[in-house]
Amino acid sequence: MAVTATDTHRTIAALWRIESPRLIAGLARMVRDVGLAEDLAQDALVVALERWPEAGVPDNPGAWLMATAKHRAIDQLRRRQRLERKHQELGRDLEDREGSGPDLDAALDDDIGDDLLRLVFTACHPSLSTEARVALTLRLLGGLTTEEIARAFLVPVSTIAQRIVRAKRTLADARIPFEVPRGAERAARLPSVLEVIYLVFNEGYSATAGDDWLRPALCEDALRLGRVLAGLVPDHAEVHGLAALMEIQASRLRARLGPSGEPILLLDQNRSMWDQLLIRRGLSALERAQSFGDPRGPYQIQAEIAACHARARAAADTDWGRIARLYGELMAVAPSPIVELNRAVAVGMADGPAAGLAVVDTLTREPALENYHLLPSVRGDLLAKLGRLDQARAEFERAASLTLNQRERRMLLDRAAACRRGEVPASP
Amino acid sequence: MRFMVLVKADRDSEAGKLPDKDILTKMGNFNDELVKAGVMLAGEGLHPSSKGVRVRFSGGKRTVIDGPFTETKELVAGFWLWQVKSKEEAIEWLKRAPFEGTEVEIRQVFEPEDFGAEYTPELRAQEERQRSQIAAKR
Repeated sequence: MAVTATDTHRTIAALWRIESPRLIAGLARMVRDVGLAEDLAQDALVVALERWPEAGVPDNPGAWLMATAKHRAIDQLRRRQRLERKHQELGRDLEDREGSGPDLDAALDDDIGDDLLRLVFTACHPSLSTEARVALTLRLLGGLTTEEIARAFLVPVSTIAQRIVRAKRTLADARIPFEVPRGAERAARLPSVLEVIYLVFNEGYSATAGDDWLRPALCEDALRLGRVLAGLVPDHAEVHGLAALMEIQASRLRARLGPSGEPILLLDQNRSMWDQLLIRRGLSALERAQSFGDPRGPYQIQAEIAACHARARAAADTDWGRIARLYGELMAVAPSPIVELNRAVAVGMADGPAAGLAVVDTLTREPALENYHLLPSVRGDLLAKLGRLDQARAEFERAASLTLNQRERRMLLDRAAACRRGEVPASP
Repeated sequence: MRFMVLVKADRDSEAGKLPDKDILTKMGNFNDELVKAGVMLAGEGLHPSSKGVRVRFSGGKRTVIDGPFTETKELVAGFWLWQVKSKEEAIEWLKRAPFEGTEVEIRQVFEPEDFGAEYTPELRAQEERQRSQIAAKR
């Protein structure tokens, strides 16, 4: 089969995914500016797109892209007089490298882990908004194009493009050094990185069957970033905790939607559809997190909860007592009304509806949950189990009026109707 | 998407000869790179077919046939399971593998959506609704 230009373009796109993070990371160390480094890498990509369809893809495309980008860097720096100082630094840096031996790429490879880590911490710098961190991380480390990010997040391309430009400018203006935080500072900056990755994962997880495939693909992007991070910072329990949490949650991806796209709740899912490979990967990542001992961080605790479900062969085998205790632990390290509501459900399953209701009733005045449909939904469920059907019906109706999801509304109204008929509705 | 990468048997692997230290080191480095990039989900090497069996299903009968099997080029000696964005990405990763004098096969793994390519009318409506939402945001 003849190699067409389209084939070559697809190959170049694939190579970009593989090579761009380390290309940008390596260049950023040399020019000390992430924005400039990405521009240089993009320039090299443009040259590749011009040349490779005719001349063919070189044997070592990564090295070719790096060499091309470096030439561009030198050209550009020579032209810009005002960057004289940086030019000298760069020249010295290049001389050092070139003087160190013929194998330039091996020298680069030695530092590549550190370079990537610098890129991770720079893209997730606390001076950037969460949205900017997400866009920059997917672009610089996930190898996604601006258009792909925009399609995945259901926003216009121009929005993402602006976000990235502004983020780069913020980094340059604030003179954020391209470096890896060490010791206590690293531990302090890590949550910002983990948050970005988990946010990307959840964005993909919330995708529905009719969505552009790029949306669910965000789960894979996040999983990949999480695995990369686990390789780069293996000495932090939470990095493995997050990897474990995502692997186990991803194991349920194919079980969570019914044939017509309706969401299927965890306890109703067909467990034979859970991906055992991902569960196994998740459980071993969890073991790595556990090897650090206590205290456990929020991602690890959530992974422990996910693992409780993953280990139960059937919904009825779920160890609700353990899950309730884990939510209690999560409340201690990362308190939120939503976590407490989850704890109420687990307590209700473990110790009976009255105990669960006692927990839910502490939340009814919580302003954050005022319009949250799951609060009356959970409360209605517990009341119904206690035979207090009138009160249950009112809660289901209130929940139905709060949800924006049509299917969910229908389900809640069905349950309200069952209460009116004097029947205990089936649990969700 | 996931791809299975199938490494074929050769005379050495079928003879139960383990790769030499040099190859093992190179393969170890390659695996390392795959893991660090978050690409490798699983990967195993297989014993020679002399230790394997086949079960033949025919007319309600099950017949067990002991190895070794002769058609070396068709035998699998090992596999990887990779998670990548495209077939092209799998190809580019495989090109970096330290093989010599062999052919290695890449096969895509079915995903649930491969089975339900035909959306139900309800889903199509949902998709259109989302598209109009996106358009409204622009």
